[in-house]
Amino acid sequence: MSILINKDTKLIVQGITGRDGGFHTMKMKEYGTSIVAGVSPGKGGREIDGIPIFNTVEQAVKETAANASVIFVPAPFAADAILEASCAGVGLVVTITEGVPVLDIIKVSPVAKRNGTKLIGPNCPGLITPGESLIGILPGNIFKKGNIGLISRSGTLTYEVVNMLTKNGLGQTTCVGIGGDPVAGLYFLELLEMFENDPDTDAVVLIGEIGGDAEEQAAKFIKEKMTKPVVAFIAGQTAPTGKRMGHAGAIISSGSGTAEEKIKALYQANVPVAKEPLEIPGLLKKKLGL
Amino acid sequence: MKIHEYQARNLFRKYGIPVPDAVVCHSVEEVEKNVPDDGKLKVVKAQVHAGGRGKAGGVKLARTKAEVVENARQILGMDIKGLTVEKVMVADAVNIEKEFYVGLVNDRNSKSVTLMASAEGGVEIEEVAKVSPEKIIKLAIDPLLGLMDFQARAVALQLFGEIMQALAAAAIIKKLYKLYIDTDASLAEINPLVLTPEKEVWAIDGKMNFDDNALFRQPEILKMREVSANEQKEIDANEKGLSYIKLDGNIGCMVNGAGLAMTTMDMIKLYGGEPANFLDIGGSSNPKKVIEAMEILLSDKNVTAVMINIFGGITRCDDVARGLIAALGQIKTEIPIVVRLSGTNAKEGLELLKSTGLPTVNTMREAAQKAIELSKKSKV
Repeated sequence: MSILINKDTKLIVQGITGRDGGFHTMKMKEYGTSIVAGVSPGKGGREIDGIPIFNTVEQAVKETAANASVIFVPAPFAADAILEASCAGVGLVVTITEGVPVLDIIKVSPVAKRNGTKLIGPNCPGLITPGESLIGILPGNIFKKGNIGLISRSGTLTYEVVNMLTKNGLGQTTCVGIGGDPVAGLYFLELLEMFENDPDTDAVVLIGEIGGDAEEQAAKFIKEKMTKPVVAFIAGQTAPTGKRMGHAGAIISSGSGTAEEKIKALYQANVPVAKEPLEIPGLLKKKLGL
Repeated sequence: MKIHEYQARNLFRKYGIPVPDAVVCHSVEEVEKNVPDDGKLKVVKAQVHAGGRGKAGGVKLARTKAEVVENARQILGMDIKGLTVEKVMVADAVNIEKEFYVGLVNDRNSKSVTLMASAEGGVEIEEVAKVSPEKIIKLAIDPLLGLMDFQARAVALQLFGEIMQALAAAAIIKKLYKLYIDTDASLAEINPLVLTPEKEVWAIDGKMNFDDNALFRQPEILKMREVSANEQKEIDANEKGLSYIKLDGNIGCMVNGAGLAMTTMDMIKLYGGEPANFLDIGGSSNPKKVIEAMEILLSDKNVTAVMINIFGGITRCDDVARGLIAALGQIKTEIPIVVRLSGTNAKEGLELLKSTGLPTVNTMREAAQKAIELSKKSKV
């Protein structure tokens, strides 16, 4: 088992004819993801590497029974692409695009909710269930099937951590990059709950960073609702106040959203917080009694 | 993106929110020439992108024109939180019976624009939030319906307690919401919103921030952008596809990915050093990007050692190594550089880097330790 995606996930790529969309479509396909369609308005009827292209998501879903979509379209058009997929009944929409206006995501969110669509991102690396399905831009080669769930606000930092997990024999059920924007789709709470309910996940790694109070909420949830161990890492302890640290959501505003507050909340929920990424495998093994 | 108070007030006025008359001046001469000598009580306010101007002495009342000039003389050129005051706004002062706070902000948790209001106006709202959060009214606005009239009325009535005043305030709140949505703001505050003894409602001080992601569709807002020297450096870097923030330490770092870049800074600190910057070069192995990143890094004269921290994912480490070799061949510097490569094809990458003679390591911990060690030597 896993969460959100598995070998039965049938994926549409929106923006498949763009540079990034095209490149990562090939990478995902190489990994073994079942890509059933691409969508690119005006290019319907063509094929790219055996993948049929449609003009609309609705047509693509009708023809292929796709149940997930990944979005590579440029930021000004990303919200429309998300809505198109959601309104066509796609259950999971993963937005890789960076720089999407926050008010666009705020508008899209209630529509997705009404349609029963789960959103991930924007500005995220995607997610992977190792050995089954990869959606997004994650480097598939560093992941390995196993029993650890991972949720992260970051991209490269996630790869760094996963690489260490894999090298230490700690494979993963599903790893989800939730993205670096202030307003985003699925977040810590929803995903922690999914991992808690996934019989194959035995422990969860949570990678947070400065900005907002999602880690504090996660800590509360872990304390009250979770039976499985969680190990955390928080980036940005040395970040100055009032500066966006690359990610739009990684900002300490007027003294709130600091790493210290988050680490404190996690400790209080009995979640060990690694001082550096290198400590994560050891902390996990200790929690799992390995 | 931040704007000045006077710019926020101009937007308020455009949207029909009542603000007292004001003049913006860049020099004492302009103050002498442009501020009317009308005998009205005036307030002289520093225009900088920083909070706490009042505490810093950047806001002063003046009874006469001579006092206005004298206050402006003191405030212009003043340093507030590291920023030099280059402009003052001289506004008509308003008699205040009561002060309120009204603000709109993008709220992460409710995924909505949230209206915040408080009868504790004129003080920093963050302080109110910490000390007595129950004094802040919060309302998540449905993005599809917008702020409804009855909601604005209800919130305003809670603040003012009297319906005629509440209706005036509700109209202002509605206008503020329209302005917020129209301009892709990320924060809009009226603090204070005041009730005068004549029972009029005025917006006295305004603050607005805007969503950087939406600036592409907000040309009028973008025109208002004013940046300090440090911010200009950050914007220049951004235009090159780099994300750079200067810090106060001496160990420069160059990293692929924002989360990893923050972690790199933390690691330098953890092992006893001080990071000089945040620098995310993104996912490319393009030598040009590395050269540009190095130029920005080394333009900071505090830097005494550099730590390059790359995790290869889709981007392969051997490609990154080739990029680094090409870049380092063009950059002449005495400053020691440590390179850490890990991930996809790290072994090949490290092998290639041997030709440069640069110290190379496998882990972030080693890289941080080595960079700190080298920075100490290079200081001597």
